[in-house]
Amino acid sequence: MRAAPGNGVNPPLSFLRWMAPITVCMLIGPVVAGFSGTLLPAFGFFPALGGQTIDLESWRQLFELPGISASARLSLLTGFTTTAASLLLVTAFCAAWHGTDWFRFMERLLAPLLSVPHAAVAFGIAFLLAPSGWILRLLSPWATGFAQPPDWLIVHETHGLTLMFGLIVKEAPFLFVMTLAALGQTDAERSRTIARTLGYRPMNGWLKAVFPRIYSQIRLPVFAVLAYGISVVDVAIVLGPTTPAPLAVRLVTLFNDPGLQQRFIASAGAVLQLGLVALGLSMWLALESIIKRVGKVWIESGHRGRNDATARYAAAGAAISSVGVVFAGLSSMLIWSFAQSWRFPDALPSGLTLANWTRHFSTLQEPLINTVTVGVSAVSIALLLAIGVLEHEVRNGRRTFVGAAGVLYLPLVIPQIAFLFGAQILLVMAQLDGRWPALTWLHLVFVFPYVFLSLSDSYRAWDERYSRTGLCLGATPTRVFLRIKLPMLLRPIMTAGAVGFAVSVGLYLPTLFAGSGRYPTLVTEAVTLSAGGDYRLIGLFALLQMVLPLVAFILAFLAPGWLFRRRHGMQVTR
Amino acid sequence: MNSAALQLHNVTLRLGGRVLIGPITLSVGQGEVVTLMGESGCGKSSLLACLCGTLPRAFTASGTISNAGVDITALPPESRRLGILFQDDLLFPHMSVGQNLAFALSPAISSRQRRRERIEQALTEAGLAGFADRDPATLSGGQRARVALLRVLLSEPRALLLDEPFSKLDLATRQRFREFVFDHLRTRNLPTLLVTHDQADAAAARGRVIQLQSGAAGN
Repeated sequence: MRAAPGNGVNPPLSFLRWMAPITVCMLIGPVVAGFSGTLLPAFGFFPALGGQTIDLESWRQLFELPGISASARLSLLTGFTTTAASLLLVTAFCAAWHGTDWFRFMERLLAPLLSVPHAAVAFGIAFLLAPSGWILRLLSPWATGFAQPPDWLIVHETHGLTLMFGLIVKEAPFLFVMTLAALGQTDAERSRTIARTLGYRPMNGWLKAVFPRIYSQIRLPVFAVLAYGISVVDVAIVLGPTTPAPLAVRLVTLFNDPGLQQRFIASAGAVLQLGLVALGLSMWLALESIIKRVGKVWIESGHRGRNDATARYAAAGAAISSVGVVFAGLSSMLIWSFAQSWRFPDALPSGLTLANWTRHFSTLQEPLINTVTVGVSAVSIALLLAIGVLEHEVRNGRRTFVGAAGVLYLPLVIPQIAFLFGAQILLVMAQLDGRWPALTWLHLVFVFPYVFLSLSDSYRAWDERYSRTGLCLGATPTRVFLRIKLPMLLRPIMTAGAVGFAVSVGLYLPTLFAGSGRYPTLVTEAVTLSAGGDYRLIGLFALLQMVLPLVAFILAFLAPGWLFRRRHGMQVTR
Repeated sequence: MNSAALQLHNVTLRLGGRVLIGPITLSVGQGEVVTLMGESGCGKSSLLACLCGTLPRAFTASGTISNAGVDITALPPESRRLGILFQDDLLFPHMSVGQNLAFALSPAISSRQRRRERIEQALTEAGLAGFADRDPATLSGGQRARVALLRVLLSEPRALLLDEPFSKLDLATRQRFREFVFDHLRTRNLPTLLVTHDQADAAAARGRVIQLQSGAAGN
């Protein structure tokens, strides 16, 4: 008989009791404080800049900005379309191919893709689709007749289509991996088999028998994707329209304006941004309830579906091309970073060289070191907090509020800009802006949820009988924890650390705001360079961004295997 | 009263206010094996957890437990000197066979040489000579079970609890391991409490058999 979740084995340590409250304060504190620091100036109250009264003046000025409603509309449309399309892509692929070799192939292909930061994927797409990009080079001049790159606006396409495309191919792998986790928890294999034996076509049966349960499990990640799409900045700077740009991009420009009065307008804009996300979410909830009603009728109808071979191949084609585009984009970045001269329309550069790397080494050095140190310190703190909270849960036999979805997803769903601006003001007042602790703290806010989500299942599933055995052998709880539990959980702990590190490497806005320009990281430098169009230099930055998380994942995979190389029971079993 | 025994006095287990087991008053003498029989799910394992001091918080226990004349009711698990064997061997997968045993061996034996000798000696007696550096994962089920018993014995418990330790072994291994366990217990004169639902286990234990009522249970 397995014991209930809690066990009375280890006495609750008094300092562990404080882990959950401390963690929540560290996560929610900056969000709440930051948001109030945004809200007050939005209504004119900002004593440091002479704003003593509450009024709507900044809102009036905000709505007088040219094209502001177009910007807002664009943001909302981008987030909504992106989320719907990537969810559709993932669902169609899973419905069509779940349980096949194809599906397992995709599983392996997508895992490394997930760790590539958003900005790096965006650069890859730009390198591929630009008029001087790889696709047109491959087609020119034989098919297009171009000897010069055409004067087409592809990368900053005005309707945001390229931006949406870039977001879809980046978010689909994320939703796919979330779906995989949900599939493992819902007995999907057998439900699928039962639907098939009842005569349902594969896609039809999967959508009816499996999808409803999957969706209820991936709902929060979907909300996070939606909120992210509505308020994205880095991808939008690289791929998005400029006349006008999406709202969040314009707000960042306003915040950085030397004219301090602009900050009142920007604050109002940040509140508007939050409103947009709320609007987007309620539109999504409305869509959900419509689909739920229609779906109910559809499920009860008993229709087995028609021959769905075409749809299945279409789903596979869409999934493969979206993955292919990302891989091609990243490869073209790799080639650019080693390219000698690469004239249009040559398909490949004239030769490969290390000169780009050596020449720009000094440029890369500081951002690289900053990225690594901030990432490693934020991840270390996040792991300490997560293990502390989880250990307290296990010892106390009760879940804490840290694991509650509302707490973990809050920093992921509230638009970053809505609280980062206020957080920066507070940091400036505390004279902490542009310093390492502030930067690490803000990174922690975004890193912790992923670390916790990644670690909690393995941690809670660990067989507590091992620790009971250790205790009955006379070992103290501390010794049992250090000698038995931590080593046995080393692999999930390191994997959670790698996930967190990948998140930290990709964080753009938090770095921009907390760093006050004094802490350039790979992502902030690359996005700054994007306007310049030096493919080689951008390629170097983007490539490093991609390599760092990869190194972390390889380390997390190999290190436990190497440390316990003579212990078969500690190896990954497939 | 036999002060060298494992004694339970009015031990009662409750889950959500409902009595699961008890009250049990029982004394297990030196070298004696008492078998508690009962359907799975009647709370046998919870009773052992209660004796070890590892009872999940959802349960409440009352009564007193003493081991070798010491009242252990309020002691933490690591101070109770009660060894336990589960259905699974639960060898620590990240340690070698020898490290697993060294983990259990009292730190009072401080010389590395002495510790190494004690472990080798124990392994040899169990027919596992030269296994100290082996990876537990490379051992057969029967070998692992024996190492698990050696591990608990090396921690020098004053009494032993067996939680269906034979049930996951195949038939041939089961009989051999059963004899191995009971031989060791008798030579060491350990008071032992065995819970099982297998009649053959009870017969091999050759001791008192107490039937736990499954009517009061069923969680």
